[in-house]
Amino acid sequence: MAQTKKGRFGGTFADNIKGIGTTFRDGDWKTRISYLIMGFGPLCRGAILRGLMYLGLELAFIWYMINFGWNYLSKITTLGTVETYKKGRSTVYGDNSFLILLFGLLTILAVLAIIALWRMNIAENQKEEAILKAGKTLPGNKKDFLSLFDSNFDKTLMALPLAGVFVFTVLPIIFMVCVSFTNYDMNHQAPSKLFTWVGLDNYRNMFNFGGAGFGGTFFSVLGWTLVWAFFATFIDYFLGMAVAILINKKGIKFKKLWRTILVLTIAVPQFVSLLYVMKLFANDGLINTYLKKWGWIQSAIPFWTNPTLAKFTIILVNIWIGIPYLMLIATGLLMNIPADLYESAKIDGASPWQMFKSITLPYMLFVTGPYLLTQFTGNLNNFNVIFLLTQGGPSSTTLMGSAGRTDLLVTWLYKMTLNETNYKMAAVIGIMVFLVTAIVSLSVYNLLPSVKDEEGFQ
Amino acid sequence: MAKTSTASMKRKEHISNFFAYILLIVISVIWLFPFVGLLLQSFRSYITESGGMVEYLIPHQFSLDNYAFMFSGESNFLRWYGNTLTIAAFVSILQTVIILCVSYSLSRMRFKGRTLIMRFWLILGMFPGFLTMICLYFLLKQLGLTQAGAIPGLILVSVASSGMGYYVCKGYMDTIPKSLDEAARIDGASRARVFLTMMIPMCKPIIIYTALTAFMAPWCDYVFASYIAFGHDKSYNVAVGMTRWVWTNDYMGYFTRFCAGGILVAIPVTILFMALQKYYVEGVTGGAVKG
Repeated sequence: MAQTKKGRFGGTFADNIKGIGTTFRDGDWKTRISYLIMGFGPLCRGAILRGLMYLGLELAFIWYMINFGWNYLSKITTLGTVETYKKGRSTVYGDNSFLILLFGLLTILAVLAIIALWRMNIAENQKEEAILKAGKTLPGNKKDFLSLFDSNFDKTLMALPLAGVFVFTVLPIIFMVCVSFTNYDMNHQAPSKLFTWVGLDNYRNMFNFGGAGFGGTFFSVLGWTLVWAFFATFIDYFLGMAVAILINKKGIKFKKLWRTILVLTIAVPQFVSLLYVMKLFANDGLINTYLKKWGWIQSAIPFWTNPTLAKFTIILVNIWIGIPYLMLIATGLLMNIPADLYESAKIDGASPWQMFKSITLPYMLFVTGPYLLTQFTGNLNNFNVIFLLTQGGPSSTTLMGSAGRTDLLVTWLYKMTLNETNYKMAAVIGIMVFLVTAIVSLSVYNLLPSVKDEEGFQ
Repeated sequence: MAKTSTASMKRKEHISNFFAYILLIVISVIWLFPFVGLLLQSFRSYITESGGMVEYLIPHQFSLDNYAFMFSGESNFLRWYGNTLTIAAFVSILQTVIILCVSYSLSRMRFKGRTLIMRFWLILGMFPGFLTMICLYFLLKQLGLTQAGAIPGLILVSVASSGMGYYVCKGYMDTIPKSLDEAARIDGASRARVFLTMMIPMCKPIIIYTALTAFMAPWCDYVFASYIAFGHDKSYNVAVGMTRWVWTNDYMGYFTRFCAGGILVAIPVTILFMALQKYYVEGVTGGAVKG
């Protein structure tokens, strides 16, 4: 009985291994055969559905390995040795490093999955034996199936989402992490050329400050990414709150109208509004031409072509994008602050500024702490604003890898992938973005007042 | 004495309100200007006036030439529009279904690996989406879902990983008292029944929010759409197709056409958004507080 409990709730790793042995020792012949033919035990005991599931998955795995998996898995250490070459007029295809890596990884994961399934199969046998030994009967197939809509409903609901995340997020991420240890770039493009493992070379390159190293560029881009995320988050936050307070002010009419006007920037698709704004600030755009017409300036202000000015303009335009969101959020939250707090402060003779400083702001910071954090990490990866406004430009002669002066790490990553087809360095940049996001999130998250206090409530 | 002080306070309030109104009007002008400009310039004919950048805002002559161009079949605009609408509709429905399933499981059921999944997905979310672009491209290529098949490909990619965006919806479900579904379960209703007949109706606001945000996202999807549909004009969405007009064909007078197309895209999306604004605010505010 104690064994069953451990099997179900997953004891420690050592217990798990031990469980495999003891089940084999104590089990009947049906259980023992199940070690080789998965699902044999359940099938014999009448749990047809479960048995068929195990058996089917085992057969599928074997079929996959013979026809497909082994071929790729065996080459994963070299990522292929046979080059594609031309024989007369026709091309003779050799190994495709890309597919070897991708399907090799898939095969490794499939092997891990079948091991886990095999362990589950053993636990299943053990459980059934225990139930039968106790003189009870196994749940029928129909009941087993119906439990998928009741006590096991989570399995039904989560199966598809988990599979989707696995194939389209987990596998690609593992793949790209592996790519960062290879020399996959424009000179090693699959399928015509092979690429192979190079160890930590790309990471050395990323932190190499010498002639062709990416070090200088990386830290320059990283610096701007952090500066941008900081300003984009906090300027918008405070201005948005100010606008919300302004609209909420007693005696202001048409509150709904003011809000609707601001909300337009959320409603209109960003590629329309941002591209138009980009043209508005262009050297031959409306703002420059009108300023010239009125004689305020002699030559066009280089909003996008001067590196420093471009950064200011981006932050400015982002205020236009960001304030409405904050206004919406702040409006809802401001109404939650008890009015009598303000009343009593007023009686004590507090000025509006004092009230804002000691009532509104602490409350807002407390409540929106987690939001500020997600907003900050979101801005670290804010692709749309930068890309639609400047595409990372103005271009620079000193930066490597075609990085521009206003490129964030993500837009640089995009350029690396698309324009430079330097996949190996793109992968390294992506991992750096992950590290930056993770470090910021983890270090700030534990400092948040709402997180600390929430513990107190529980 | 008391009278004069209230009178002076009233006057003070009037003055401060006056400045508040001025500020609000200035803000409104700044916020509206790009949209008014977009609308005005979309009426500038590329035949009688320049279709590129000019130095005046109001066209000398109002014309519908740009709009006629959109419907003339000279470009694939209508096709792009249809593509985007298809993607948006499918993504909106499927993504909502998946998010509901995930949220219900995570909010209501306690199963092995639940916290593990939540932590794991949180970490996965820290990887930039574009990192996996090449890999996804080749995955889709294996399935034949690039270039000509880019539309189902885009839907598949947008929907597949949408389970990870469960936060707002789960947060909302957490606020619905558990005693409600426990009572129904005691009466003999299965989990599936509770989910379908109780939870879903109660989650209406957040379902509308999820569907709305999912519907709006594909209209802005430039990066991945341009990569997957690369070189296949008929598979573009509006963002990919029209962005090209602005960046590469500006001198040919495509700027005003971009304006007209932008208006055609913006109007239905904006109307939809404004109609459902209430739900959007609820979702955004709830999401912001819970993080």
